[in-house]
Amino acid sequence: MSNEATLHSQQEVMHGAHDHHDHDHHHEDSFISKYVFSLDHKMIAKQFLITGIIWAIIGAFFSVVFRLQLGFPDATFPWLESILGHWAKGGRITPEAYYALVTMHGTILVFFVLTAGLSGTFSNLLIPLQVGARDMASPFMNCLSYWFFFLASLVMMASLFVQTGPASGGWTMYPPLSALGDASIGSKIGVDLWLISMALFVVSQLLGGLNYISTLLNMRTKGMSMTKMPLTIWSFFFTAVLGVLSFPVLLSGFILLLMDRHAGTSFYLSDIFIAGKALANEGGSAILYQHLFWFLGHPEVYIIILPAMGMVSEVLAVSSRKPIFGYLAMIGSLFAICILAFLVWAHHMFVTGLNPFLGAFFVLLTLLIAVPSAIKVFNWLTTIWKGNIRFTPASLFSIGFVSTFISGGLTGIWLGNSSIDIHLHDTYFVIAHFHIVMGVSAFFGMFAGIYHWFPKMYGRFMNNTIGYIHFWVTLIGAYLIFWPMHYEGMAGMPRRYFDYSSWTSFNQFGGLNQFISIVVILVFATQLLFVFNFFYSIFKGRKLTEQNPWKATSLEWTTPINPGHGNWPGEIPEVHRWAYDYSKDGRDFIPQTEPIGPNESAH
Amino acid sequence: MSGFLAVLVIVLIFIVIFQIAKASEYVSILKGEKKARQQSNRINGFLLIAFLVLGLIGVYYCNNLLKGKILGESASVQGEGVDTLIYVTLAITGVVFVGTQILLFWFAFKYQEKEGRKAFYFPHNNRLEVIWTVIPAIALTVLVAFGLKHWFQLTSDAPKDAAIVEITGKQFNWLIRYPGKDGALGRRDFKKIDEAASNPLGMDWEDQLGKDDFMATEVHLVVGKPVKFVIGSRDVIHDVGLPQFRMKMDAVPGIPTTLWFTPKFTTKQMKEKTGNPDFTFEISCDQMCGSGHYSMRGVIIVETQAEYDAWVAKQPLQYALAHPAPAEAPKADSTQKTVAANIGKP
Repeated sequence: MSNEATLHSQQEVMHGAHDHHDHDHHHEDSFISKYVFSLDHKMIAKQFLITGIIWAIIGAFFSVVFRLQLGFPDATFPWLESILGHWAKGGRITPEAYYALVTMHGTILVFFVLTAGLSGTFSNLLIPLQVGARDMASPFMNCLSYWFFFLASLVMMASLFVQTGPASGGWTMYPPLSALGDASIGSKIGVDLWLISMALFVVSQLLGGLNYISTLLNMRTKGMSMTKMPLTIWSFFFTAVLGVLSFPVLLSGFILLLMDRHAGTSFYLSDIFIAGKALANEGGSAILYQHLFWFLGHPEVYIIILPAMGMVSEVLAVSSRKPIFGYLAMIGSLFAICILAFLVWAHHMFVTGLNPFLGAFFVLLTLLIAVPSAIKVFNWLTTIWKGNIRFTPASLFSIGFVSTFISGGLTGIWLGNSSIDIHLHDTYFVIAHFHIVMGVSAFFGMFAGIYHWFPKMYGRFMNNTIGYIHFWVTLIGAYLIFWPMHYEGMAGMPRRYFDYSSWTSFNQFGGLNQFISIVVILVFATQLLFVFNFFYSIFKGRKLTEQNPWKATSLEWTTPINPGHGNWPGEIPEVHRWAYDYSKDGRDFIPQTEPIGPNESAH
Repeated sequence: MSGFLAVLVIVLIFIVIFQIAKASEYVSILKGEKKARQQSNRINGFLLIAFLVLGLIGVYYCNNLLKGKILGESASVQGEGVDTLIYVTLAITGVVFVGTQILLFWFAFKYQEKEGRKAFYFPHNNRLEVIWTVIPAIALTVLVAFGLKHWFQLTSDAPKDAAIVEITGKQFNWLIRYPGKDGALGRRDFKKIDEAASNPLGMDWEDQLGKDDFMATEVHLVVGKPVKFVIGSRDVIHDVGLPQFRMKMDAVPGIPTTLWFTPKFTTKQMKEKTGNPDFTFEISCDQMCGSGHYSMRGVIIVETQAEYDAWVAKQPLQYALAHPAPAEAPKADSTQKTVAANIGKP
């Protein structure tokens, strides 16, 4: 079946299912079907992106607020009371508010921004465009995927406004703290809303993920064999596979937690005396939840970083005017990471009393991940070696990505080794590690993607000068914020502390914390500059005058400047070569659609 | 008012940056795309190499500034192994870090777009790829081997003569129990917990082993003598973090855990060693446990055998506290009162 027919028949199904027979097929015309319940993957990508941006501003703002507390524990900020009310009486946030902010910062950034906002945006935008499909395998499921995410967002947002506050037990939501309303004010209705929101989120991820996989497996254009696909598509493929296999496990963990909370079960609860009485629960294991959680939780960090890796590979090749080095090794290492991602979860649990013998296997498998990661780094380095690099904002962010991925990845070798982890577990060293390797790096990959594909999304460019300022302040700021945290962690300074002043082992870092908080505010302001640039450029950016502004080989640049639903006005182009023929045989680039010439050298 | 001014200043800076950015875009259109690109390439290329140089200097400076503030020598015998492993890992990852960052920024600077330069078509090279698969694999094998050697030492069974201390977390303090003369802790049942009856741990008074157990507000340890912590929790998950001893273990309700180590220095020696008269060995809660998580502080005092014995002799037995003689009111000294007050906290 051709793509055309697939798309058409799906619209029929969709309309049939909803009894919209009176509705004609020019659904692009109505505002609702074009901008709200759109079935066009490009519009859905934009919906994910803009929702993600809004969440990112909220999540980052939360971090600014709790950094104020950490940097200036004795100061008061009256404006905080005006926005947070009794959560910040007298201009100082309460410990309850602090923990709520920390928890929501983690939840929002990990799930709503770097999962939905990152792979939701770019898998949707690029899979059909780069494999040569008119839309997703099921545009309707795709639309549902966004709206389930939107519902999840609404519920999570609502939880911020309930009387007892949102969930506040950390984004990992470990029971018994999260299971017992008596243990923490945030574990009252806040956790219920959190669990409902996350359940909706999992549904959204599954609808999206299954769609991505089926589209890129079944709907590639003629000639687009798997090994001709750009690395972006490979990375989205492995991301989707990880999500589809691990999110259901997370959901099962959440359902058990919900039952412990309301149905009197004891999956996670045992031997608990709280609020002056012994609970009836016996025989459960609080550690079981951690296994279920980290069985997603670890693949989750690869769900976040793999799309960034794919986009960086693509952008580095395009801007260096060189093929990506070791294409097959890049796919192989993505595959290895994808497999290993499922086999390392217990490295988050080295100090839970885990059997040391079992722990040994997790050490081995965890450090094994460094091998495919190292291959990727060296391949990126070789890709820019002897290139002819154009420093667009996208390529700068890609170079920044490689830098932070190295820095954060290397500290992973520390933490993956259980003996060192005993000392560094749950300290600022961990904060530094994962913020650099999956926070900053993933954001850099996302920024690279946004700057690079913005012209495809909106037919305009973003402002380069603001882009450069954005890049340099963010790169320098990120290192200034997170590098010194390694030292705090080496001193054993625990994470998630509201105040360190009463501790003789950790109170020597007051000045440093202040410095970090100031940099956080500057970096946050710079991100707002980016957001402004983004929205301003949608309407007022410099217009594209050519189809292929970056002189790239891949298929998305063969579509019109502002492609309609269906992407290509005529036939979908046929593909004859891989996506990385840059500077081959003396030519700057050869598009994938060009047949292999008779005298062409093989790659 | 000052807040308003700050916002105003930020908005003004935004507007200035925006105007400059817009102007530079017009200029680049006037100059032509190619020329504008060359110029921005030169600037960014320079900034990349400057970032590399300043960044590496910054790493060195940061280390000088902060190395004195992190923990010094490990205060436990077992922690020495952890420190060695950290240094080995630091050496390996440090070399890789400096090397790859230099390559990255140097390549970016050196191979920036230049008139007439052609990029080198270099899609793959099997030998190179094998090299950088095998070398990391070997380095990691070494690290895994070293790491697991220490891991099995750290998690091995405590020596038979190790002292036993039980530490139970609750929101938001630590309950510390010593086994007394018989060296064995008495049975506990969480259903028997009764704060009012001086039984915060739910000790089973039928059990003879528990009759000589005593509770304390601080952990006292004998220098040079191995000690085994039996760790538990009464409500949510806590974590016994011992940064100076390089030890850590979760406190999980319903699942007892253990760790053991041998303290190397007394608290007094540490005060002299660090030059800090306030030095204290602290137990930090390292697992998010609720709104008082940050205040869940315990104190460990390491002392000589003689000091320790003198301290033990002064500790009242918990059984006695829970079963005051009916005739005479128990005459509690100040330590007893603090114990009672502390464990009575909700």
